[in-house]
Amino acid sequence: MDDFRILQAADSALVIEFGSTIDRKISERVLALAEALKSAGLPGVTEVVATFRSLNVNYDSLVTAGRDLEQAITAFVTESGASSHVRQLWDIPVCYDPQFAPDIEDVAKSVGLTTAEVAALHASTQYHVYMIGFVPGYPYLGDLPAKLQLPRRPEPRTRVPPGSLAIASSMTAVYPYESPGGWHLIGRSPVRFFNPESAKGALLGPGDAVKFRPVTPEEFSGIRLAVERNDFVPTSTEIAA
Amino acid sequence: MIPVLKVVAPGFHTTIQDEGRRGFQHVGVPVSGALDRNGYTLANALAGNTQGSACLEIIGSGPELEVVGSSVRIALVGSGGGLEINERGDPLVRSGQSARVTKGETVRVRLGGDAFCSYLAIEGGFNVPLCLGSRSTYTRAGFGGFSGRQIRSGDTLHGYADDVAARDEVTFSEERNLRLDQPIRVVLGPQDDCFTEAAIQEFLHGAYTITPASDRMGFRLAGPLLEHKNDYNIVSDGIVTGSIQVPGSKLPIVLMADAQTTGGYPKIATVISADLPLLGVRGTGRTVRFQLVSREDAEKIRRAEHQHLLNVIRDIRPVSESKGISIEALYNQNLIDGIIDANI
Repeated sequence: MDDFRILQAADSALVIEFGSTIDRKISERVLALAEALKSAGLPGVTEVVATFRSLNVNYDSLVTAGRDLEQAITAFVTESGASSHVRQLWDIPVCYDPQFAPDIEDVAKSVGLTTAEVAALHASTQYHVYMIGFVPGYPYLGDLPAKLQLPRRPEPRTRVPPGSLAIASSMTAVYPYESPGGWHLIGRSPVRFFNPESAKGALLGPGDAVKFRPVTPEEFSGIRLAVERNDFVPTSTEIAA
Repeated sequence: MIPVLKVVAPGFHTTIQDEGRRGFQHVGVPVSGALDRNGYTLANALAGNTQGSACLEIIGSGPELEVVGSSVRIALVGSGGGLEINERGDPLVRSGQSARVTKGETVRVRLGGDAFCSYLAIEGGFNVPLCLGSRSTYTRAGFGGFSGRQIRSGDTLHGYADDVAARDEVTFSEERNLRLDQPIRVVLGPQDDCFTEAAIQEFLHGAYTITPASDRMGFRLAGPLLEHKNDYNIVSDGIVTGSIQVPGSKLPIVLMADAQTTGGYPKIATVISADLPLLGVRGTGRTVRFQLVSREDAEKIRRAEHQHLLNVIRDIRPVSESKGISIEALYNQNLIDGIIDANI
């Protein structure tokens, strides 16, 4: 396959670009190359960072030359097909109750559904983690059912509460931290998506899968307390890619 | 955890930093670490540390610290300025020189005007818990370093030893040159194809100024506007330290130590790794010009700069030997020959 290009980020990284759109097939190729390079342990490679459509291969130019690394990576790209690794499917509790979902009524009106239907449709979909970015642990999950796809809010909020479940265009996400944000807020999860004291840092990684499980406000509070006691971690099951 | 210094006054923006946090960018964690890797490395070298020890990074104005351990060896690297040890009434311990301070003494860090960030190292390094493999502070998300934040009055900073042996204090053989007028070298891309040819020429030949809206996350530049060919939004891809992104404002932002890991604006060019410290020490109001080099050049420059840094560390010498004019040093720098030549 030669439908990729290798771009330069000076002597800090190579960008292996498979396309310019958000596309599941492109994502799978990015993730397959990430896996292949992680196992290969090429000298000088410091880390690989998967995004929607490209893989950043960071390297130490005191250890390896960009040109040599390009050759080595080209061989891996042509050999690695689609991702074949086992993925984790996460079960994430989320409460769609209006007290946690300031935009769910507007969203429901815009798409011509009831708020219950918006929640049910959102929770019935299995999402793919395309990448983590924006802030630590922020997962870009897709694809949102076509019926729920809306442009971003015209006026971003300056403060989105942590745990907020949000949608915009073809994506859904949970804000791990309080931050500014322009997406529509349709629920909240009591789960911690980023914990700097854990070994992995983030709950989710690129290539994982997510399904949201609706919970009541009472269940939300219970799980929230358990999370604060370090007594609750979402469960995951292994699935084939 | 051994208490060594108590913060009497924190300075404007003082954080614990090390070489940075690697291996977590794929889950959105910035690298962080010292803005000026060279200054950080040299401060550690003066304090007698091996690589990787945590330092204080000082931006804007210096902290005042009271020694609470039996003794501590400290060294400041920035440009000009120095350490005022107020129980002694001695002249400043210049920046670029180590000193041993003892319990009850107070150290005021006086910054020179030239460097945006300075580094204060202590022998053994500051002791804060490793967080995702690093001691660097990432204040935006509140983790790493000292409780994930800038130091504050009343904080007690910890080290690894309560007492350090008296020895000859050390300094550099040459004054540090921040090269504030040297162009910052870049390689075009990864998205230079999103810009008009005129924009690329403007970028490479114009002069930019670092604006006050700059911080550890990014240096925002004012200067010639850079036109995109089409849309200024791209589907997000990866960012490295030194990526130069151009959003809808058409003004470049150089992404620095605390930069987010992904972004949706095209990146016209990337600062070469050797020049990241040269940019890191330039503060608000400083001029930045860019110069185009190839990736192969960037790699050669990196090796040369690394060797230069190793030479500076090798040439660290006792303060007692560097007082007055050293004939040997003059010979080494060919200055005597030069003077003779000039007189012929």
